[in-house]
Amino acid sequence: MTTATPLTAISQTPTIAVTPKAAGQWRRLPLKAKIGAIVLGVFVLAAVIGPLVMPYDPSYSNPAPSLALHAPDSAHLLGTTQSGQDVLSQLLVGIRLTLELALSVGLVATVLSVIVGVTAAFLGGLWDDLLSLTSNVFLVIPSLPLLILLLGYLPQKGQLATIVVLSGLGWPWGARVIRAQTLAIRNRDFVAAARETGERTWRIIAFEIVPNEISLIAASFVNTVLYAIATSVALAFIGLADLNSWSLGTILYWAQSQQALQLGAWWWFVPPGIAVALIGTALVLLNTGIDELGNPRLRDAARSAMIGGHRQRPADPTPVWNQAVPAGPLTRALRPFSRSSLLDDPRGGRS
Amino acid sequence: MAFVLRRLAFYLVAAWVALTVNFFIPRAVPGNAVEAIMGKFPNLQPAAAKALSAMLGVGHPGSLWHQYVTYLSDVFRFNFGTDLLQYPASVTSLLGETIPWTLALVGTATVIAFLAGTVLGIIGGWRHGGWLDKTLPGLMFLQAIPYFFLALVLIELLAERIGLFPTGQGYDGGLAPGWNWSFISSAIDHSVLPAFTIVITSLAGWMLQMRNVMITTIGEDYVVAAQAKGLPSHRVVFTYAARNALLPQLQGFGLALGFVVSGAIIMEIVFSYPGIGLLLLNAVSASDFPMMQAIFLVITFAVLLANLVVDLVLVFADPRVRAKEAS
Amino acid sequence: MTLEIRDFSVVYRTPSGDVRAVNQVTLDLRPGEVVGIAGESGSGKSTLAYAACRLLRAPALITGGSVRYHGPRVSEPVEITRLRAADLQRLRWREIAIVFQSAMNALNPVLNVRDQLLDAIRAHIKVGRADALARVGSLLDLVGIPRSRLRSFPHELSGGMRQRVMIAMALAVEPEIVIMDEPTTALDVVVQRDILSQIVALKDELGFSILFITHDLSLLLELADRIAVMYAGHLLEVGSSAEILRGAAHPYTKGLLNSFPSLHGARRELAGISGSPPDLRMLPGGCPFLPRCGYGTDACADIDMRPQPVRSSADATHVTSCPFVLPDQSRVPAVIVEDRP
Repeated sequence: MTTATPLTAISQTPTIAVTPKAAGQWRRLPLKAKIGAIVLGVFVLAAVIGPLVMPYDPSYSNPAPSLALHAPDSAHLLGTTQSGQDVLSQLLVGIRLTLELALSVGLVATVLSVIVGVTAAFLGGLWDDLLSLTSNVFLVIPSLPLLILLLGYLPQKGQLATIVVLSGLGWPWGARVIRAQTLAIRNRDFVAAARETGERTWRIIAFEIVPNEISLIAASFVNTVLYAIATSVALAFIGLADLNSWSLGTILYWAQSQQALQLGAWWWFVPPGIAVALIGTALVLLNTGIDELGNPRLRDAARSAMIGGHRQRPADPTPVWNQAVPAGPLTRALRPFSRSSLLDDPRGGRS
Repeated sequence: MAFVLRRLAFYLVAAWVALTVNFFIPRAVPGNAVEAIMGKFPNLQPAAAKALSAMLGVGHPGSLWHQYVTYLSDVFRFNFGTDLLQYPASVTSLLGETIPWTLALVGTATVIAFLAGTVLGIIGGWRHGGWLDKTLPGLMFLQAIPYFFLALVLIELLAERIGLFPTGQGYDGGLAPGWNWSFISSAIDHSVLPAFTIVITSLAGWMLQMRNVMITTIGEDYVVAAQAKGLPSHRVVFTYAARNALLPQLQGFGLALGFVVSGAIIMEIVFSYPGIGLLLLNAVSASDFPMMQAIFLVITFAVLLANLVVDLVLVFADPRVRAKEAS
Repeated sequence: MTLEIRDFSVVYRTPSGDVRAVNQVTLDLRPGEVVGIAGESGSGKSTLAYAACRLLRAPALITGGSVRYHGPRVSEPVEITRLRAADLQRLRWREIAIVFQSAMNALNPVLNVRDQLLDAIRAHIKVGRADALARVGSLLDLVGIPRSRLRSFPHELSGGMRQRVMIAMALAVEPEIVIMDEPTTALDVVVQRDILSQIVALKDELGFSILFITHDLSLLLELADRIAVMYAGHLLEVGSSAEILRGAAHPYTKGLLNSFPSLHGARRELAGISGSPPDLRMLPGGCPFLPRCGYGTDACADIDMRPQPVRSSADATHVTSCPFVLPDQSRVPAVIVEDRP
């Protein structure tokens, strides 16, 4: 009769129904990104309620020698430090402080990079050259040594100072990417149309350009948060932070300076490190998901189908349904050419 | 040629910015902080105290421009001043002793990690959906671990518990540095674990990046055309796909180099490796500013130079770049 | 018979549904013939051609049909849908070559012209480098590109020259069939003419068949021996270009013919076809053109889409999938129901 054979009858996997737009955003994220988001959510939760439920005051040092450097037990779930402080409580405070810092840096730096990127793309000419040059220069100069210098000289090395300094060096990457994208969008028809109708520049930016760059801005934000975590932990590790506060980096600093490694107190340095690694991984997973949302090739590749039990690689020949790999030997009809078959007879042996 | 000159000019500008920032930072410190700094070194020799004041811009050291010119000429003569911590050693000599160690370790490890990561990324991209993809979450985890933390874990597991590797230092304590085999073999032995740490963590990053670029490149029309031409698979993978994917990968290498080097240097601290890392840690704890500033300049110049080299390689690899500046 | 496509169907499996890009297409290509495939974008014409060579990437899937190739250089007919990857590699280019739409994208940016041509040759014939280079030179002469361009890179060539390089590359090992996917769409009109006449001359000289894909029906009326009209993945009409011009059988083809002016003949109003192509994920049964068809009735939703011969045509192979409308229908939408054969 007609060609309306339902493909679910012959598909290996059921056809996925069209999902409604509202729930669509979450569903469209690949599994990796969802896992990342969930892990991140757990840490954010820990950051919010952790310090409220922590068993001890992290700074409370118990002078009793028997409690110093104690391995984990029921009283101290993650053991104690050299001065009898509870590692778990420190960890909970650390998660909050580190996340606070990283998210603040992410926010400030992303806002800065959007402003710089869009301005450079819109103003063009000398301003664009100047802003681009500045971005590129600060991109290529390694940030950690410069941050060491800046924080080294600052009298206070607290949370605020660190946020300011990290944001100050964290915007160029995003600015470059956003500028490139804005340049591409600026020349598109709908922007030209908006200009023609006399819409004001800031409105064009706010309502036409930025909404189209949301996934880019989100990816840039996640990347900046990653950079902030990694860098702040590294800085604290070498002592360039408020060493009286308990961020994940300062815990590691004290663990290192009190020789936790040599004394075998793994419970002191492993938990904060794992926390950093897990938060970082969650962010990378989230970023990969956002990448795949925006780049259809990565998305299609990620969804590479299983056809007839045979995994399709991106460059394999188009699969034929109900055939995994064709059975039988190579066909002899397509014998390889030898030298004589083509070049001697210009028509290739055709009669 | 024009392209190379433009890039060179750019790096010179970046170097100048670094130099100038380096010059101004100590002079931008608020007044009471300067006193605090000076107060940390009550027993300084007069010459060193004078140098420190000059650096901080206190007293009456002459006009700003004059100081700037003196500063620049000092830098060009590799005169970074006297070290405050290990007075009266000069910063330059101290750096000279430690840079080769860091260069050997971080340089080799980074190159190995980049090459291995790129090759694995090519395979991972081409054979997308295969077993390599299953290792991706694990690799992402590795990439997110701070270098020094992984170093701590590895030392605990492989050096302390199993005793497979030395637990630290650059070489056995009893040996004297020299160009003899026992020293060199000991040095190599002590650098295996640090190098391994760098390779594991940074390899994941290179591999992920190359894999993504490969997947995008494989979707390009010229790769489909290459398959349509019936070219053998290895030709399609390497000359058509990978060759083009390498271009953005190399650009990413240049940008990421700063982070890799910084992280590696900090990792050295955990190993008590006799490289720049240890110098840096001590300088920071003791507020040894001449050393901190010199280290900043050295690392920055090294990274800028490496970026220039990468750009030169790109010129050779991409014919479009050669033409772009000519038009 | 060079290429026999029978009941060929291709589907793209996307998360929002299966896209039925090609639906049971039957088409023949004879030696030395030029068959044009005309259709709007999204009609499935490119999908058909690429899937026939199994060049489509995930998430494409061939869900049915067969593609048989038989040329003088193969000892027996080959079923392309059953070939292994190694066989496909030998078949491709040697027997079936493709001229891609955008030469800028289809040429490797980091290899020069000489190397890309060499690749094509040496992948299929065992020859020494000197012989291969000689052949490269003669290929460039064939398409009229100066030999000084051998070491040029794709970005250094003009659009027309790039397309000629593509054609030279396609002819490198003298294929039986050359698939041309909108080869001149991206070029300006003057260069278009040039290249098209060059293609025809080469075809006459070397004797290959052409499968010419384009959205420009007027081009095919001049260039092609036979024309196949596709819409929403279905083959609506196939016939010789003379017959299609004289009396197209399908309403869609009539609509296309009315969409461009003729140099000769009386002036008339251009009609065009209102509406837009359907969503290929939710193709209703029956004729997909129904919503836009001036002759459509409810009966059209139930028809079997397999093309049937047009009795009044001078061309014995003229087929159409519309059982209701006669070729000599004017634009007055009166429907004559023919007995189904």
